[in-house]
Amino acid sequence: MNNLINKAKELLESKSVQVVIGYEAGPTGIVRPVFITDPLKADKLIYDDRCVQNLAVYLTKHEVKHLGKMGIVATLPVMRSIMMLISEQQITSEDIVVIGVSAEGTFLDIADMKIMQAYIEKSDLSNPPKYKELLAELNKLTPEEKFAYWQKELSKCIKCYACRQACPMCYCTRCSVEVNQPQWIPVQSNTHGNMDWHILRAMHLAGRCISCGECGRACPVGIPCHLLTMHLTDQVYNYFKVYAGTSEKMSSVLSTFDPSDKESFII
Amino acid sequence: MSENIYKPYLMKIENIIEETSDVRTFRLKFKNAEDAEKFSFKAGQFGEYSVFGEGESTFCIASAPTRREYIECTFRKAGRVTNGLANLEIGDTVGFRGPYGNTFPIEEWEGKSLLYIAGGIALPPMRCVIWNTIDLREKYKDITIVYGARSAADLVYKQELKEWEERPDIKLITTVDPGGQTPDWKGEVGFVPMVLEKVAPSSENTIAILCGPPVMIKFTMPVLKKLGFQDKDIYTTLENRMKCGFGKCGRCNVGKVFVCKDGPVFSYEQILSLPAEY
Amino acid sequence: METIRKLIRKQSLEKLYNQLSASRKVYAPVIATDKQTEYKYNPAFADVTFDHIRSTLSVKNVVFPKVENLFFYSNAKTESTITDVDINKIPEVVLWGAHPCDNAAFDILSSIFCWDITDEFFSKRLEKLVVIGLGCHKSDEYCFCTSVGLAPDSSKGSDILLIPLQNGDYRADILTEKGNNIVELSPELFETVGDEKSALTEVKQKFSHDKVTTKLATAFEHPFWVENSLRCLGCGACAYVCPTCACFDIQDETRGKNGKRYRSWDSCGFGLFTLHTSGHNPREVQSQRWRQRIMHKFSYMPERNESLGCVGCGRCSSGCPVDMNIAEQLEVLQNI
Repeated sequence: MNNLINKAKELLESKSVQVVIGYEAGPTGIVRPVFITDPLKADKLIYDDRCVQNLAVYLTKHEVKHLGKMGIVATLPVMRSIMMLISEQQITSEDIVVIGVSAEGTFLDIADMKIMQAYIEKSDLSNPPKYKELLAELNKLTPEEKFAYWQKELSKCIKCYACRQACPMCYCTRCSVEVNQPQWIPVQSNTHGNMDWHILRAMHLAGRCISCGECGRACPVGIPCHLLTMHLTDQVYNYFKVYAGTSEKMSSVLSTFDPSDKESFII
Repeated sequence: MSENIYKPYLMKIENIIEETSDVRTFRLKFKNAEDAEKFSFKAGQFGEYSVFGEGESTFCIASAPTRREYIECTFRKAGRVTNGLANLEIGDTVGFRGPYGNTFPIEEWEGKSLLYIAGGIALPPMRCVIWNTIDLREKYKDITIVYGARSAADLVYKQELKEWEERPDIKLITTVDPGGQTPDWKGEVGFVPMVLEKVAPSSENTIAILCGPPVMIKFTMPVLKKLGFQDKDIYTTLENRMKCGFGKCGRCNVGKVFVCKDGPVFSYEQILSLPAEY
Repeated sequence: METIRKLIRKQSLEKLYNQLSASRKVYAPVIATDKQTEYKYNPAFADVTFDHIRSTLSVKNVVFPKVENLFFYSNAKTESTITDVDINKIPEVVLWGAHPCDNAAFDILSSIFCWDITDEFFSKRLEKLVVIGLGCHKSDEYCFCTSVGLAPDSSKGSDILLIPLQNGDYRADILTEKGNNIVELSPELFETVGDEKSALTEVKQKFSHDKVTTKLATAFEHPFWVENSLRCLGCGACAYVCPTCACFDIQDETRGKNGKRYRSWDSCGFGLFTLHTSGHNPREVQSQRWRQRIMHKFSYMPERNESLGCVGCGRCSSGCPVDMNIAEQLEVLQNI
């Protein structure tokens, strides 16, 4: 952790970055994002196994970007999100400095995107183990049972869009639900419309989701919506043998045609 | 049956005028004669106009309260509801909720001269109060109207402008942005603030009423101050996003006011006391 | 009406509950499978919890549901018609076991919906609501009712307030005619009260709301707002779980020629909330929207309605994905 703080201090003092995005423990002990602009405040930074939020969501936020070049404490999911944001041209590698953190919590010196790519490629990119188990449980159900499960869960949805706001890949300035000509998804919360919303979001994330689980964690009423997006991550891997967020130049699997694509669903 | 404050009156479209390629004026009559009897409003108030299935949109009531057989509204095609309205025909049904908001304090202005300044689609909110004061002409001294639009084609209420021009008791100055004039254009050429500075109406015992897009207001205010107008004698309308019209949905809350209840008419003095969230 | 104090034993409480539940809708708290507290209609008494600190969603649903149909229409060009919703169909609901913070919110909601002109959907639901409140014997670090002029035993908004006693029974404070009517159903369940000690929790005051309101009058341009809202994601979670947030949207939904106009929950935290069709947005960035939330609740509402827009329940803070803890922020704010 000291290395983390020292790196942040060094970056801020040398003015290589104007802000370091990391984690702090608030007064009640809850871990939350912190935005350090003053090197003297870098001691606020912490890293432990409570630090799970995907901070990459802040890289596209106007008031954070406005501060200048951003240093970001990056675990594997954050690194993969950064790769996705760069390949979708939402940020460039010039906008950020990555302060890497390994799965064991040790500081990683990530000097450039090539090094980050090498680190990502040697990591396990499939869904994290605890979610794998939950998905396996769900997939044992019959289609009717599955539908009933999701109807029950999604009837709780209040359409607060915390799931969307917490996701680094949901950066659209005008989300599909905010289009009213036509109104694709009902504004109100009702079971049918809620299912439409979550299925739409999962589809928009297929091939782009890096399984950080942030959407489910952000939900105030405890809907495991991350299982929908992670399920599609598995499906994308089955068809295309690709995991998202592994390089700066990923092409989008669902909108790129490759003659070698499996066409077993029509042949 | 107690009153459902969200339920609109049913109105029939009696007439449609195509003011410009994307601006329409509707003349609406109450379908129910009882509603027409009970209804009244004052200059400056607005309503929520519905297309069932598309939603509601906020426009001022652009006709004068002294003319009670109908109400009029003018709007530009800009989004879902206004496009829905523009697709309607004479005889179709429109919903109307109102009147909401405060009014231009025309009683306080009696005995004074009036300077109306409007830009583009902002003439409609003023038209109501202009007609109201013209209908009570003897109560006011000079009436001057400065109205500008991007081009000659973008001027709304072209028929009205002709009528106002022909009246000897009103001074009308129309202007178009540079490049917006047609070969037979006889009015001024230049942005409204500049034309206002050129015409330099007197601020002596005069109330200025100003409506326009934020950028026009931003550049016209300094001209008015230069001409000697005081903050309390300059009136404008705030056009925040409004939905319910009666101070409950929260959208138009600016500082401690609701634009739909305490406005949309404000004096510049009042506006200076509000946070700049409009 | 002068408050009448009675004793009601736990067994009598069960009898009262069952009697009410058999004859009308009772909205009571239960612990769900994922350990969250939620309110359900007419659960079995054995499932009703008396142990909750806060439910995830507030109980404003009983007077301000997340979706409320305003009227139905048929879109027929020249012959469009409107059909009213019959508000007389709104049933009587007994709200059971909501804490004083939740119940105090009904007054605040009334100051919005019944101000100037009355929203009959709200007022009818409130008229048909009977509140049997429950004082708090537990609290946690998110609670701050005592900072906003309330307490674990505030009677505001309750028709009967049950105060937990140290011996496991409850003192029933009968506060209103509506409360008395409930008692009249089985007066034998309500016994004479002695001086049994109450088992109320203590909630330490975190800030002075007067100081906050005074500070806010001159704090509009302070850098505090940007510094403290950088992590805000701009979702609607805080507004939706809040018992006093009442901002709403109005939308139409049609199938073929027939449809309905409804109002649904909305939040000033969304970017769309104040967006003009022209593209101009008076609150373009999140810090302005966060500032609006605090100012509205602690500055504009006190000035306009003479009541705070907050009851100190702590739901916004516990429900926030990034710990935008309102009490923490106000503690800082009162001293800037």
